[in-house]
Amino acid sequence: MCLAIPAKVISVHDGKAKVDFGEGVLREVDVTLVNVKVGEYVLVHAGYAIQVLSKTEAEETIRLWNEILEAEKQIKTR
Amino acid sequence: MVEHSKFRDPELARRIAEKLHTIAPESGIVKICHVCGTHEWTITHFGLRSLLPQNIEVIAGPGCPVCVTPASEIDEAVQIALKGVTVTCFGDVLRVPGSEKSLLDAKAEGADVRVVYSVADAIKMAEKEPRKDFAFFAIGFETTAPSTAVEVLKKPPKNISFLVSHRLIPPAMELLTRIEDLRINGFIAPGHVSTIIGLKAYEIFPKLYHMPTVVAGFEPLDVLFAVYMILKQIKNGEARLENEYARAVSWDGNVKAQELMRQTFDISDGEWRGLGKLPLSAFKLKKEYIKYDAREKFGIKIKHGKDLPPGCQCHLVMIGKIKPTECPLFMKVCTPQKPIGACMVGIEGTCRIWAKTINIPV
Repeated sequence: MCLAIPAKVISVHDGKAKVDFGEGVLREVDVTLVNVKVGEYVLVHAGYAIQVLSKTEAEETIRLWNEILEAEKQIKTR
Repeated sequence: MVEHSKFRDPELARRIAEKLHTIAPESGIVKICHVCGTHEWTITHFGLRSLLPQNIEVIAGPGCPVCVTPASEIDEAVQIALKGVTVTCFGDVLRVPGSEKSLLDAKAEGADVRVVYSVADAIKMAEKEPRKDFAFFAIGFETTAPSTAVEVLKKPPKNISFLVSHRLIPPAMELLTRIEDLRINGFIAPGHVSTIIGLKAYEIFPKLYHMPTVVAGFEPLDVLFAVYMILKQIKNGEARLENEYARAVSWDGNVKAQELMRQTFDISDGEWRGLGKLPLSAFKLKKEYIKYDAREKFGIKIKHGKDLPPGCQCHLVMIGKIKPTECPLFMKVCTPQKPIGACMVGIEGTCRIWAKTINIPV
């Protein structure tokens, strides 16, 4: 139920947006709950975009993960 | 966007799993509880429990919205449907058992029950058939409630009303902290509920209950790193609130969605299947929207329902007290094809996820 799928915003008009779920799956979703621009990624839950995904934060998460793992490696080799 | 595969990188998973073994306490059981069906799916589908040190347990709390919907509210929907009103609902609600009947049983008896993908589709249906009465069965946690709010505030057509059964997650987490023999040591908070309510909604758990709490995403690496973050806090003797899912969750959450929910709903006490009444854990429509309240419109008054069929242990599975495999009905008489308890019906129900994913010898 609380499943939400990321999708890329293709166009926005009147509180609705056409989004691409990948591999050509397009659907119109409601974007009343978010401020979104074309090209951004949103999380879609039951036909409503509930949040805009942050590319910077996504990259930061991957960087942090690697940092955590690298720190461990250094301790081991020390 | 960042490549999806990076969040599922098997090499990173192997390394973080190794690291979990170095950080886990040497003795004693650590019990980490999540409260989201999608987390249970990620954990079970990717076999993450097998990567954890033996004394680290990850248990599933009441995170399946259709499972927690009490029989009394299914009975309300059934009663409305049998009055000749077209009931629209999400697909996995259809087979959830009421005291006597499910909505699917009502449909078999000739009631008009229709599955929709979203509340917007239910509104469109009502607009297309203005002579028919429609009721939308609005279930779901904070992730779903904003969409109901959006449509109620848009002043939908007169021939649609809402049977509001939304439930709130933090009160259920509070219940878990109060069950003494459950002995939870940390929470993985649900990522998508959190996109709406924000990190701040969980502040009480570290502060009041000394519970390390990490909001996490739904990729296997998200969950493994959340477990790592909790174990690290435990190792350092801390209880903090951390955000592993920063790409979608902020401190304040979706402020607009919160405002729309505030305009639409009052918070009230709510029944949870098999768990009784939890204080301030449910939404109900505000007085000004009473004309859209299906209970008022159709004069529905059901006080009590029968939540658990004989032998069903859903109430214990739902709080992580027992595993599905410890229920005497599991995969013997209660199966995905012929479910008895709600946890075997909901696609996010722990029993259903286990039954569908794990090869359990019968």
